[in-house]
Amino acid sequence: MRMWAQSHLCQKPQRITSVLAAALALTCVILGASQSASALPAFARKYGLRCSACHESWPMLNYFGQKFKDNGYQLMNDRDAPIWQNPGYWPVTFRITPIWHRVSTNKVQVDGSAGPGGNEAKITSSGFDLSGLDFHTGGTLEKNFSFYVLPSSDATASFHFETVMARLDNISGSPWFNVKLGKFELDNLLSEKRILTLTANGGIYQLYHFIPLNDHNIFGQMGDNQLGLEVMGHSYSDRTRYSISLLSSNDGQVGLPYGSESYSTFITGSQAFDAGKLGVDRLGFYVMAGVAPTSWLTNMGAPIGGSGTQNKGYSREGFVGQFYFGHRVDLTVVTQHGEDSAWFGQGYGDFVDYTTALCPNANPTGPCNNVAGTTLPAGSRSPTWNGVLLEPHYVVSPQMILLARYETIRMSQQSTPGTASNLGNITTYTFGYRYNPFMTSRAGFAYHGEYNWFHQDGTSPVTATNLTSSELLFGIDFDF
Amino acid sequence: MNSLKPMRFIGAILFTAIPCTAILGLTFVAGFTATVSAQDEPLVGPKPHVVVKPMESHIGNITGHAADAKSDYRRYCAGCHGEYGDANGENAVWLDPKPRDFTTATFKCRSTLTGTLPTDQDLFNSIGRGFANSNMPIWNVFTKQQRANLVAYIKIFSPRWEHEKAGEPIKIPAEPPVTIESISHGQALFAKLECWKCHGTHGEGDGPSASTLTDSKDNPIRPYNFASGGKDARFKCGSTNEDIYKIFMTGVDGTPMPSFADVIQPNEAWDLVHFLRTLQVNRHGKENEVLMAAHGVIPPYVDRTPAPAAAPPDNKTPGGGQ
Repeated sequence: MRMWAQSHLCQKPQRITSVLAAALALTCVILGASQSASALPAFARKYGLRCSACHESWPMLNYFGQKFKDNGYQLMNDRDAPIWQNPGYWPVTFRITPIWHRVSTNKVQVDGSAGPGGNEAKITSSGFDLSGLDFHTGGTLEKNFSFYVLPSSDATASFHFETVMARLDNISGSPWFNVKLGKFELDNLLSEKRILTLTANGGIYQLYHFIPLNDHNIFGQMGDNQLGLEVMGHSYSDRTRYSISLLSSNDGQVGLPYGSESYSTFITGSQAFDAGKLGVDRLGFYVMAGVAPTSWLTNMGAPIGGSGTQNKGYSREGFVGQFYFGHRVDLTVVTQHGEDSAWFGQGYGDFVDYTTALCPNANPTGPCNNVAGTTLPAGSRSPTWNGVLLEPHYVVSPQMILLARYETIRMSQQSTPGTASNLGNITTYTFGYRYNPFMTSRAGFAYHGEYNWFHQDGTSPVTATNLTSSELLFGIDFDF
Repeated sequence: MNSLKPMRFIGAILFTAIPCTAILGLTFVAGFTATVSAQDEPLVGPKPHVVVKPMESHIGNITGHAADAKSDYRRYCAGCHGEYGDANGENAVWLDPKPRDFTTATFKCRSTLTGTLPTDQDLFNSIGRGFANSNMPIWNVFTKQQRANLVAYIKIFSPRWEHEKAGEPIKIPAEPPVTIESISHGQALFAKLECWKCHGTHGEGDGPSASTLTDSKDNPIRPYNFASGGKDARFKCGSTNEDIYKIFMTGVDGTPMPSFADVIQPNEAWDLVHFLRTLQVNRHGKENEVLMAAHGVIPPYVDRTPAPAAAPPDNKTPGGGQ
């Protein structure tokens, strides 16, 4: 899963060191990128609407597109059931993006160089590349019965299921009661699955994936699709909407690889307002909270999947605002306060792919395991942080959009006393444009240009100094 | 640990802008030119320029301006209604029923008499309501200002809006109580006015003339099937009894559905509304409750209208003149 991998790239330098040394990890990440956004010409073909009707700039939804999605991919004009379609209609869309990009990272661990940065060197590379490939298929099985299946591959055509869900809509004739079961994107108003940017660090929302340095709670990543059950509802006009999800605490990974009884919840609510000539503005909130395991049964020292117990808690909460200033300028704001249990902060939690010892009082070659008698280091605290995301857009025309993003995340409490207060802080800027040379209901096509600058305090692999990377990307993003 | 440096930030912008310009210029300009031309200019035939005339609409205290809706029209409407409002958007060929042709300024859902222009409020309501059983979505996500602007915008496509004023909204008397007698009378009118010829005897849109119907542009058109839909079944021009009443009295312009304003009286129109509601078999409304109370049987209509006074024998007209 692309987002997961990128998150770890950013926040777990001890893990990526070997990757970076072997090759250009950022390049690898973008090579493996599977942009799981949901621009679906299959829907446009079905209803005869241009992409621009549902997308501010595809794949990002506008208000009408959000309402369409909230209605279970229905326009509610009594033409939603497949019986109204030509029998040959097959709701499939593929998306892939050939690109050229230049990637630069200031401190990569290397052999044999002993400069001022120790065994670290700056690596810059450029070249032509590919994203992953997505096959979107979704729509209605019957009126008020909808589905979405998204097999997604990396650039080597290794597939996984990014989304698989079935949904019952308008239960009892009410738009306030809809149920979704499967693996799906969380109900974020600013959806990462519909992000307009494509670079490795700019192509995700850092706020949705942030994990403090050495923290091993991977389970609170709001940007990843999750497995669970969602109940959502909305008013007739979609001005008011809510959703409540019950999720397995496994970061969307199939096969019950973690806890035996570990669940999380994601709750959102929002209200839109008619702001007259400004447009429709919306204010909302979200809360993601849950528990995840820290203790494992082992076999020959190796943790056994699904055996996790000793659940510990975590939470992410914040506000979302979508503000329109006429039909050209809009600004989305997302805030976040996050907190993990001190156990996660000390390295307990995820064991998958775990190869480096972090626990001072645990098996030096295995993951932290909260077995009977385990205690935390004296003074351990719950790591906490605050962040904000600002994403303004300038819509030149329905065919062209200029975009920017600023994200910053600041640690407010480190898990281990004495740790530098800014260790792991992130700042990132992204600028870009997307130009659709044509607008039809048959296909999507965009010239895409983007620059991202990413900075994290104290996370270079050898000297633990600031890590900075940048990426310039141009590509042709298309789907059909 | 360093904090952000402004110079680095500025450098990043410059670093982006220069290659952006270069690559855009060298790589994409050709593509831009070709595709922009393809998008914005038809390859054949004369191009009727869309001139955004200073049209306005007035919805309550909101004034809509056509110029402010150009972007929204392109984004949301042009795919079906066409850039020039002539119902020749790229999707139109696939749609049934066809999208509205704004160049004729003929509109189905009005509160005004047949043949007249609708009020701004009528168009405003149509955009927000959408059209059931068609591809016209419910655009209630727009702000009122956006909808008002779009109402003004579609006026630029027809000269009628420059020379004519909208018709006067018809007066709708208060709805009388629903009774089994009113339903019975409505059923009699349904037969007398030959509604069944198109809509079918059970209102299922399968009357003997149904397959022959075309709209004013010779596109095949189906009469409304009252029995279709669930509890929330909507009519094309609204979902309230008043909306149905307006359909009889104003007609659905551009379709074979005529206005009956000169044929039936207001109280008769209400009786017809009550009967038509009973044809919506999946709807739970007061009309069906009254019908259920009558054990589901509509009694034959008995005209209890007092007979006119007998004329003098020497003025007697054969056949009664009725």
